[in-house]
Amino acid sequence: MSNNAYVQLVNLSKHFGKVRALDGFSLDIAQGELVALLGPSGCGKTTALRALAGLQDLDAGSIFVDSKDITFVSPNKRNMGMVFQAYSLFPHMNARENVEYGLRMKAHRTSSSERVKRASDLLDLVGLSTHANHFPHQMSGGQQQRVALARALAIEPNVLLLDEPLSALDAKVRTQLREEIRRIQLEVGTTTLFVTHDQEEALGIADRVGVMRGGVLEQIAGPAELYERPLTSFVAEFVGLTNPLPATVSGSHAEVLGVQVPTVAGSITSGSGLALIRPEWFKVEASTSGNAKIFAVSFLGSTCRLTIDLADGARIRAQIPSSDASNLGIGSNIKVTLKSLPVFVKGA
Amino acid sequence: MTNSQIARAGSSTGTGSRFWRNKRDYLGVLPFLFLSGLFLLWPTFNVVYGAFFSDEGKFSLDYLTNTIKDDGHRIPFVHSLQISLWTSIAGGILGALFAWAISTGKPDGVARRFVLAAGGVLAQFGGVMLAFAFFATFGFNGFVTALALKVSETNFLASPEWLYGLFGLGVVYTFFQIPLMFIVFLPAVENLKPQWREASESLGGSAKDYWFRIGFPILFPSFLGGLLLLFVNSFSAYATAAALISQGTIITPLDIGGALSSETGGASAPLAKTLSLYMVLVVVIVMALYSLLRKRVSKWEQ
Repeated sequence: MSNNAYVQLVNLSKHFGKVRALDGFSLDIAQGELVALLGPSGCGKTTALRALAGLQDLDAGSIFVDSKDITFVSPNKRNMGMVFQAYSLFPHMNARENVEYGLRMKAHRTSSSERVKRASDLLDLVGLSTHANHFPHQMSGGQQQRVALARALAIEPNVLLLDEPLSALDAKVRTQLREEIRRIQLEVGTTTLFVTHDQEEALGIADRVGVMRGGVLEQIAGPAELYERPLTSFVAEFVGLTNPLPATVSGSHAEVLGVQVPTVAGSITSGSGLALIRPEWFKVEASTSGNAKIFAVSFLGSTCRLTIDLADGARIRAQIPSSDASNLGIGSNIKVTLKSLPVFVKGA
Repeated sequence: MTNSQIARAGSSTGTGSRFWRNKRDYLGVLPFLFLSGLFLLWPTFNVVYGAFFSDEGKFSLDYLTNTIKDDGHRIPFVHSLQISLWTSIAGGILGALFAWAISTGKPDGVARRFVLAAGGVLAQFGGVMLAFAFFATFGFNGFVTALALKVSETNFLASPEWLYGLFGLGVVYTFFQIPLMFIVFLPAVENLKPQWREASESLGGSAKDYWFRIGFPILFPSFLGGLLLLFVNSFSAYATAAALISQGTIITPLDIGGALSSETGGASAPLAKTLSLYMVLVVVIVMALYSLLRKRVSKWEQ
């Protein structure tokens, strides 16, 4: 447990029958930080978030916010703003009334004029000041989620909890709203826990990303570190695309595709294994005596994704700048090597 | 050709083909429209039209204006309204509570499946069968009456006269009103999203805040809509009352029956049609209100 942690989840455990949703899960979040929990369905990320909100009882463990033990505090006394996946706005209230709801409750009761002003400010913050009198059924999914965000922020929560708030939206709105959530979170400075199964969302929005599996935190780190230096094969394979290639490891180095590269902590230290290589770590050049042949080319704008058949029969995906791919086409003979970046090598 | 000419030419060709295409789409509903016309619209028209004629077949407003002034017809009409109101309120409250109780159980549980099936059957369990069930239970020779008589001759159940009046009819009607309300109201209760309660809690709301600010306001239009359906259901019921009450015309459907089949010189088709028209008017008003409520609630269900 670090000393500057504002939120501390300590050894949380929760079983649903034989399923271990949380298995000694611990997490610290600093004040004002946005931490994303990322993982496949059933990994326990939502259970952790709901436990912090007080909506999920625990078998064991403790929860501290601002050094106060809130493990047994009821949800309506925790001062947590929560945004759900969808359908959480009260359908018989318009946007303004939804935002004002928390300010009418005993715990946050404010004067009528202050309530109106705060609701107006927050709707302005989420860009919906012109929709104050719209009911949920008169708004799009993205607009509804913005109102839900404004409603959660209205009570000036200790912690903002976002439970896959973008998953029910279409791709374009998702990207826009993701950026907007980050802008608002930085502006308001609220400590935030964001749960998602979408790695792009997590890496794009969070200060730190925690990857969960089987109720435990596999690794928590900044997005770049998580992507470049995964500590487990699960993290390496779950976050971003990887190509497993045979490697021979000796100490802190491995030989992959005939190139010596450093290995990251957690890799095997000797013998044969599988190096997990990101698509953009490959170097590709046209060569009649090369070790591979291009199977397919996808133009992605500034980069190109190449599907490559290696001489040993393995098929890999590489991503290179489009400017380097101008003379490469389907069937081209090429030479594939690696940039000298640290790689994760797991036992074969 | 100018742009407007092109637009006109295009639209006239397009409209022509669309016109016939749309017509073909309606072919499938023709049998439904035919049956609706034969069994719903034609009888309604017949009733409305017939109310404007005298027994001699001449145009007259006498029945329309005088029937409601006559105690012999006005009192049964008031009774009909009263029994519909009270049984819809009693059945509505009990049915709604029942729906809420079932909604808190397992969605695929045995109890729920059993109660849903039973509710569907019991909501249709009216008419002679239901009247007979009550005769056999609470009537003069009913087994509960027989048991009650063994206990004491002065207790309420030992004197089954209550069953053959307005109160008894209300009790019998409530028997099919409860399951109907249960069936109608259960979807509304189940439409209460768990996220609403959780959002309310996380925003500092207590259970009382949730129910009074969210749960009840969202359910209220559906509840009111259910009551209106129950009201119409009770208002138009005939067979149960006819089987239970052989003497007297305590409600309008029995009054209409008497006006159609009286063997003591009281039969009058225009009178029956006038009484029916009054009933149709009440049903139209109630169903219009129901439609307004549904319009409001359906937006919340999206």
